[in-house]
Amino acid sequence: MNEILEIVFGVIILFGALLSVLSAIGVLRLPDVYTRNHAASKSATLGVLSILLGAFLYFWVEEGYMNARLLLGIVFVFLTSPVAGHLISRAAYNSKVPLWDKSVQDDLKMKNQDEKAKAR
Amino acid sequence: MKTNDLILQTVTKITVFIIFAYSLTLFFAGHNSPGGGFVGGLITSAGIVLLLLAFDLKTITTILPFDFKKVAALGLLFAAGTGIGSFLFGVPFLTHSFGHFDLPIFGETELATAVLFDTGVYLVVVGVTMTIIQTIGEDDD
Repeated sequence: MNEILEIVFGVIILFGALLSVLSAIGVLRLPDVYTRNHAASKSATLGVLSILLGAFLYFWVEEGYMNARLLLGIVFVFLTSPVAGHLISRAAYNSKVPLWDKSVQDDLKMKNQDEKAKAR
Repeated sequence: MKTNDLILQTVTKITVFIIFAYSLTLFFAGHNSPGGGFVGGLITSAGIVLLLLAFDLKTITTILPFDFKKVAALGLLFAAGTGIGSFLFGVPFLTHSFGHFDLPIFGETELATAVLFDTGVYLVVVGVTMTIIQTIGEDDD
């Protein structure tokens, strides 16, 4: 029974590691700041969450040790990592980092121009 | 430019409590597992720095109306006091002791005077880091 559970936890941790590799490839391959940020904040978050969950389950089942810090870490990363992505993206947009040249829509552009016209 | 920090401020309001709770856990866990006054104090001040990032300095000084220089001084007083307190029992400076007590909620707990020394370290770390950060942050006006 324990061997099966060990394999399951190993699969969870490997899944997280693969997602982290995927997000690293996304950061390398994607064309501009916003798409890279999309790759980095989403798949890396889920990757870290599954690694932490796998470690938590392993120590819970194998050693009978329930580590609340790992649960707290899961909640914390789940809360803060997307917000960090949002803030980096917004800082990039506000400092006028250009979008990918094949982007078709920029809804904030009109709003920024309106504000500029009002300020004038 | 008018900024809208709603997302950052809302998440800060939730995560600050997690950070403070974690720093207290580390502070009390220091005797038997990794942690202690130094890390606990650093994490507490990291939580206050997160508050300072999300809100402005004026709001935070109203919420936490401490003079952090006095906090650091109080911490030093605690640390020196536990050292001098050992003279009362006729033992060398900074001799610590511990005992087992039956507390109402926790049951039998080991209480050590080293925790008082650690409280001193904690207060000094919080006081010094927050003094550094607040003095740098105030410079622009």
